[in-house]
Amino acid sequence: MSKRLTAVIGWIDDRFPLTSNWKAHLTEYYAPKNFNFWYYFGSLAMLVLVNQLLTGIFLTMNYKPDVNMAFASVEYIMRDVNFGWLIRYMHSTGASMFFVVVYLHMFRGMMYGPYRKPRELLWLIGMGLFLVLMMLAFTGYILPWGQMSYWGAQVIVSMIGAIPLIGQPLSNMLLGDFMLSDAALNRFFAYHVVTLPVLLVTLVVVHVLALHEVGSNNPDGIDIKKNRNSKTDIPKDGIPFHPYYTVKDIFGVVVFLIVFCAILFFAPEMGGYFLEYNNFVPANTLQTPDHIAPVWYFTPYYSMLRAVTINFLWIDAKLWGILLMGGSVVIFCFLPWLDRSPVNSIRYKGPYFKTALVLFVISVFVLGWLGTKTPTPLYTLLAQIFTVIYFAFFILMPWYSKIDKTKPEPERVTG
Amino acid sequence: MDSFDKSDKMSNRRRFLVTATSVAGGIAATAWAAPFMMSMMPSERAKAAGAPVEVDISRLESGMLLMVEWRGKVVWVLKRTPEMLDSLAKLNDQLTDPKSEREQQPKYAQNLARSIKPEILVTEGVCTHLGCSPVFRKEIAPADLGSDWLGGFFCPCHGSKFDLAGRVYKSVPAPTNLLIPPHTYLSETLLLIGADGQETA
Repeated sequence: MSKRLTAVIGWIDDRFPLTSNWKAHLTEYYAPKNFNFWYYFGSLAMLVLVNQLLTGIFLTMNYKPDVNMAFASVEYIMRDVNFGWLIRYMHSTGASMFFVVVYLHMFRGMMYGPYRKPRELLWLIGMGLFLVLMMLAFTGYILPWGQMSYWGAQVIVSMIGAIPLIGQPLSNMLLGDFMLSDAALNRFFAYHVVTLPVLLVTLVVVHVLALHEVGSNNPDGIDIKKNRNSKTDIPKDGIPFHPYYTVKDIFGVVVFLIVFCAILFFAPEMGGYFLEYNNFVPANTLQTPDHIAPVWYFTPYYSMLRAVTINFLWIDAKLWGILLMGGSVVIFCFLPWLDRSPVNSIRYKGPYFKTALVLFVISVFVLGWLGTKTPTPLYTLLAQIFTVIYFAFFILMPWYSKIDKTKPEPERVTG
Repeated sequence: MDSFDKSDKMSNRRRFLVTATSVAGGIAATAWAAPFMMSMMPSERAKAAGAPVEVDISRLESGMLLMVEWRGKVVWVLKRTPEMLDSLAKLNDQLTDPKSEREQQPKYAQNLARSIKPEILVTEGVCTHLGCSPVFRKEIAPADLGSDWLGGFFCPCHGSKFDLAGRVYKSVPAPTNLLIPPHTYLSETLLLIGADGQETA
């Protein structure tokens, strides 16, 4: 490093903790050396976040949050704004890919147990991020004010209104009206471009700070801090995040961008799964489309919402559906305390856990598929069965994870 | 500040001052937040909207459904044929609330046909589950709705079913019958939706 540069950095370091932070979070942050494929998705989520923030800023330059102009302004972006189509498709493809990488990131968590002591709070912050992400996806989907925007929002708003006691006032407050209207669209825009992104970025920073405090987990689920070099105090199985994992993540970014661009240029609507055909029709407040389904990433929850058709105890079917839908997300927060296995990673967990996880994944896919279909008695029955399996994975976990036949964890990571 | 020592127990005086300052600060923060929260509630303009609408039904033919917008919601005006009216009584044991006992309608519509004039049904076309607008399916026994379907409304969102009086079937997600708005007849063929001189919604 040149003398002058050293001097400049020294000047900054006397006034701002630049070098010390660079070291703490990059060159001297020691991550386990055995990260595998599943460890790409955290950094990819950050890449997609940057994509959403950048393309989002450019979309606001031409979008109009007004029920009479919103749909036309999106078409204007698509047809007349220079490269508007590219920016909008980057944003819409990014939304779906955000869920792809976040779901894979969460599945990694379910396999290797990063939610367990001392990472419970890290997991909860991640769940907070997931909730904010879902709210962002929902508010963003309303903005084009197409048929699916309107009727999708109608369903969610009715759900808020159905909460006993506070539901109706809360719904009025969120919408600024007694129904979905111009006032509502205007403020959904505010939520989508200011409130929620600020919250999301803040939580990402908190998530990374929490991660760097407790240290990264790894596919063996063992604590690398137990085996340190006696002289340097550095974990024997740790390698500096930069350059080792920055280089690995850049490779992941390249592969990811190839996939991303293939979708972006050849199938941005993804056969109606990323952008639904009915949303190319302006909102009609008098008529629900014949077939409505949410975007793919919400279909499993949507299936559970409509799976309940009988009143049970003193709660009616409608509220049960809403409770199940909310519960299916919230229950992830309890994972740190539901898992009673002596080991963290699926590599050392026994057949019960492995079977349960496979059943869980199957139920997510089946519920997701059912959520795209028009309900029939058979489909409703299937949705009920797989909703039970979905919840059983969590609720029975304290028992099956405890009596499961585990293998002993190794002393050091196994590559 | 050399007299400051962290290990000192907080004196009662200091504890009191800290508590008093926190309480005062909390009240100030709440007061400051109140106008922002209140600004989020429906505005005066939103509250003023929602006047009753007049509908001319002179050209409504039997079996036809008319859609009217009232307060941003769809209201259906359905002129039922005698066969449609006959179907209502046959369905009673398949329905959750066949006698319309739950208050989903004004008193004058609490009858089998759920209407003032038996043939004219006036109801909100808003599913009582999650607010979608059900589809009018008047055909008898279509393939997708089963052989015992006598005509009615089917919600494509979550599969709720209603009969031709807006009464909800059993074992569907919607908990109650469709909501009948207050309405009245200004003349033989002029309908007023949203007001009836007795009950206002």
